[in-house]
Amino acid sequence: MNPNYAAVSRPRLSALEANKVLKNTYLLLSATLAFSAVMAMVSMALNMPPMAYMISLIAAMVLGMFVLPKAARSSAGIGVVFLITGLLGFGLGSILEIYLAMPNGTQIVATALGGTGIIFLGLSGYALTSKKDFSFLGGFLFAGMMVVVLAIIASLFVQIPALSLTISAAVIMLMSGFILFDTSRIINGGETNYIMATYGIFLSIFNIFISLLQILGITSND
Amino acid sequence: MEMFLKITLGVVLVMMIWRMWPAAKHWMENGPKGTGSDWKTFILIIAAVVGFVVLMVMSVRN
Repeated sequence: MNPNYAAVSRPRLSALEANKVLKNTYLLLSATLAFSAVMAMVSMALNMPPMAYMISLIAAMVLGMFVLPKAARSSAGIGVVFLITGLLGFGLGSILEIYLAMPNGTQIVATALGGTGIIFLGLSGYALTSKKDFSFLGGFLFAGMMVVVLAIIASLFVQIPALSLTISAAVIMLMSGFILFDTSRIINGGETNYIMATYGIFLSIFNIFISLLQILGITSND
Repeated sequence: MEMFLKITLGVVLVMMIWRMWPAAKHWMENGPKGTGSDWKTFILIIAAVVGFVVLMVMSVRN
């Protein structure tokens, strides 16, 4: 759900430069994922209420839309991306507490976590090894994302489990597409800023994890 | 408080659509168009993801 993709084409990078962007992206992604997990544990230790998730999400989205695009041009962007991912992790902790309180909560959380890892590694690995250009997905992914965001706005005020389930399924499919799209943009030189690349991939992983939790939570017997 | 947060989140999401629109318009109008084979590959990948999610749902239900 990264709204900051460049609307103008940029000069293509050499293979060496593209590899550097890729390496930096994965390094920063690992660090932000670890930091986000630590913040989730802190939030769980502090027993944060569920509304902490919404507050963190709002703060992270505002930072992602208005601060990160400018900050990403300098090293300050690294601090901002850690702030955003830390906020998202902190909010996630309060949601995880709800799932872990369910009778099979541990299994749901572990399955969602493992599943997210497998989906990300599988898709990213495919894009990296095949070196296929997935930029043709751009129009489809953006159009789909706008429809899903409108459905999310509706679901905030109309509580229908079937709608939540449909949105979660659509988010998993769209975020899977975004992982292919983002990875292929890095290796083909379409994305030159590793901070923005990390932010995009982190959001895809985060959204897949949240959506899997929701699907597994709704469909589990308990 | 919860309603206030929902309204704020709704406003932020509308802002997100507004921010996303130029990039979305650009990709929809000028983005490269995939061939039939490109789309077939993408559909197969997404089908594999959907199948994997179904397996996870079944493993949690049993």
